[in-house]
Amino acid sequence: MKIHEYQARDLLGKAGVPVPPARVVDTVDQAYQAYRDNAAPMQVVKAQVFAGGRGKAGFVKLVNSADEAKTAAGWMLKNRMVSIQTGPDGIDVKRLLIAAAVDIAKEYYVSITLDRVRGTPIVIASSEGGMEIEEVAKKNPAAIIKEPLHPHLGLLPYQGLKIAKLIGFTGKQASTVSKLLVNLAKFYFAYDCSLVEINPLVITKTGEVLALDAKVQFDDNALFRHPDIVAMKDDAETDPLEVRATQAGLNYIKLDGSIACLVNGAGLAMATMDVIKLFGGNPANFLDVGGGVTADGAKEAFRIILADPKVKGILVNIFGGIAKCDLIADALINAGKEIGFKVPLVVRLEGTNVEIARKMLDGARTELPTLQTAIDLNDAAKKVVAATQ
Amino acid sequence: MSVLVNKNTRVITQGITGSGGGAFHTKGCLDYGTKMVGGTSPGKGGTMDANGLPVFDTVSEAVKATGATASMVFVPPAFCADAIMEAADAGIHIIVAITEGVPVNDMVKVKHFLKDYPHVTLIGPNCPGIITPGECKIGIMPGYIHTPRKNGQKTVGIVSRSGTLTYEAVFQTTSRGWAQSNAIGIGGDPVKGLDFIDVLKLFNDDPETDAIVMIGEIGGTSEVDGADFIKQHVKKPVVGFIAGASAPPGRRMGHAGAIISGGDDTAPAKMAAMRLAGIHVCESPADIGATLDQAWAKK
Repeated sequence: MKIHEYQARDLLGKAGVPVPPARVVDTVDQAYQAYRDNAAPMQVVKAQVFAGGRGKAGFVKLVNSADEAKTAAGWMLKNRMVSIQTGPDGIDVKRLLIAAAVDIAKEYYVSITLDRVRGTPIVIASSEGGMEIEEVAKKNPAAIIKEPLHPHLGLLPYQGLKIAKLIGFTGKQASTVSKLLVNLAKFYFAYDCSLVEINPLVITKTGEVLALDAKVQFDDNALFRHPDIVAMKDDAETDPLEVRATQAGLNYIKLDGSIACLVNGAGLAMATMDVIKLFGGNPANFLDVGGGVTADGAKEAFRIILADPKVKGILVNIFGGIAKCDLIADALINAGKEIGFKVPLVVRLEGTNVEIARKMLDGARTELPTLQTAIDLNDAAKKVVAATQ
Repeated sequence: MSVLVNKNTRVITQGITGSGGGAFHTKGCLDYGTKMVGGTSPGKGGTMDANGLPVFDTVSEAVKATGATASMVFVPPAFCADAIMEAADAGIHIIVAITEGVPVNDMVKVKHFLKDYPHVTLIGPNCPGIITPGECKIGIMPGYIHTPRKNGQKTVGIVSRSGTLTYEAVFQTTSRGWAQSNAIGIGGDPVKGLDFIDVLKLFNDDPETDAIVMIGEIGGTSEVDGADFIKQHVKKPVVGFIAGASAPPGRRMGHAGAIISGGDDTAPAKMAAMRLAGIHVCESPADIGATLDQAWAKK
C-alpha cells in the first residue's frame, strides 16, 4: 500500500526524521493562508498524487508570495495532471502540500527496502540525490552504498555513521545523518514497510539536514496489524473496478488490452496474459480468483471483467486443484443467465471435476451462446484472439 | 529414490482443526497415502480431529508422541512465523508452510532464526507444498495428476514458484508418459525457505531424476542464480518457463514477490539468462511437456 507525500512526511517527522515545515490544503484560500503560516519567503506548492512526473507536468511550483501560492494552487486544483504515469486522460488533483523552500547546498539519496538475496532489508544510500536511483545505478554504480539491517537489531549506530561518512558527510552532520538513518530503520520495521525513500535528503546552505521528499510503501500482508495506516488509504487514483475486486477478495489488476481473463492461481494468471500476448492479443486484466473461490466470488469476478467497456473477448483458464472446475462452470452459466455474454467466450478447463464441468457447459449453449471450448492454453489463446479480430 | 520426503515420512499438520484449510487438506493428504500422524491446535490438545488423528497443543508434544519429522503449516498469517519457529525448535526437519499472506518482515526474522537450525528445511510460505508421487503428499496439490515412477520410466523433477503452473507441468508430463520424482512448489513470497538453487541441487544429485522442469516468474533474481548453477553443474536436460512477460512494471501481480522493480528481474532478462545456461525455455506454459520431450530426444 502507498501513502501520499504529506502523510509520509508526517509519519517520518514523528519518527525523528527532520522535515521542513509544511501545510496540507485543498482550497485556494487555504493555500493563501498556508503561505503566510509557513513564514518563509520562498515556498513550494506540490500536488499530492501517487503518479510520478509531477515536476514536468507543472504540478510542483516555487512561489514567492501568498498571492502566487493562491494562483498556483488554483491552477493545480482546476487542471488535470497528465504525465507518463497517468495516461492521456490525466488525474484529478484534490490536495496540495505547501512547504518552505530551502537553500540547498547538496542533495543525497537514502532508502530502505528488502534485499531478497540477503533475506533482510538494506539501506541504499548515495551522494547523488535528486535523481532516480536507477539512473545513478546505471551511470555511477560505485556511488551507491548498501548496508543490511539486522533482522532483530535493525540498523546499529555504527552502521549509520559508516553510511553517512561513505556518502560524504563529516563532523556533526555525519552524526545527525547517522541518527536519521537509525530512526528510519526503526520506522521501517515498526510499520512493516516495503519501501522508505528520502530523495532528496539535503544539506541547506545554513548546514541543516532535511528530508525534502519522502516515499513510503507498506507490506500489504502486514496491514492487519496497522489499522492507523489502513485509515490513510486513498483509493481516488485506483481504478473503481480494482477497488470493487478487492472488496470481493479477488486479485484483479486492470490493464489496457481488450481480452479479459479469469484464472485460478497468480502464476497461471500471469502466464495466461503472456500467452494472449504471444498470440497477438492484448490482456484487459490480471485476475486470480484463487483456490478457495466461492460461487458468489466467481460470479462477481465475471461481473467485474464484463464491466470494463474495452473488453471484446473473454478467456477462462482454470486448472482445478482446490478450485473445482464444476464450480467455475456453474458460475459461468449463472453469469450467462444474469448478465449475458455478448462477447466471444473461450473456456479451457482441466483438473478436478473437469468431466462434470464439460458436460455442464455442453448443456448450456442457450445461456452461453458465444462459448467455445479449448483443449489447452495455446488453443484457448489462439481462439480468443481470432474471435476478437 | 526421492528427495526430502517418502512413504516413511511421519507428518503432522499445524493448525489441523482450522478453517484455513488445515482440516480439509489433512484429509486430502491422508487419502493420498501420506503417513499423517497428528496435528496441533492450541487449546484443543487431547482431542481427535475429524480423521481420528490426535491433536496436541504444541509441536513438541506432537513430536514426542508421534515421532513426526515433517510438518504442514496452515496457521493463519499473523501466527505463521511463530508456528514455523516452533516446529524447528521442536525437532521437525521438513517444514512445509502453505499459509498465504505472511508479513515479509516476519519471514526476515524466521530466516534469521533458522540459521541456528541447519538441519531444518523450510518450504514456502505461500506454496502448494511438496509431493513424492505414490508415497507422500504434503500440501494442497491435486494428487491424482501425478505419476509415481515405475522401473525404467523416464522421470522428471519439477520446481516452481507458482502452484497452478506446477499442476500444469505435472499434468502435461504425465500425459506424455513421464513420471515425477518430486514436484516442489517453493512459493511466491520474496523471503522464503528453499529456493531454485537448493531444489536444483537436490534434483541434480537424485539418481532417479532424469530431467528437470523449472518454472519461475518476474521479480527477484533466484531464477538467474539457478540458471548459473545449471550452467556449471547440471548435465540433465532442463526445461524452463518464466511467467509475467506481459506484466506492467511496479504492479504486484498476485504473488508478493512478483513485481518488476529493477531491470534484471523481468521475464525476458530471466529467459535470456536461462537460455545462456542451456535451459530449454518455452514461451508458453502449454509447451512445457512438448519441450521436455524434445529436450529428452536431443540428450
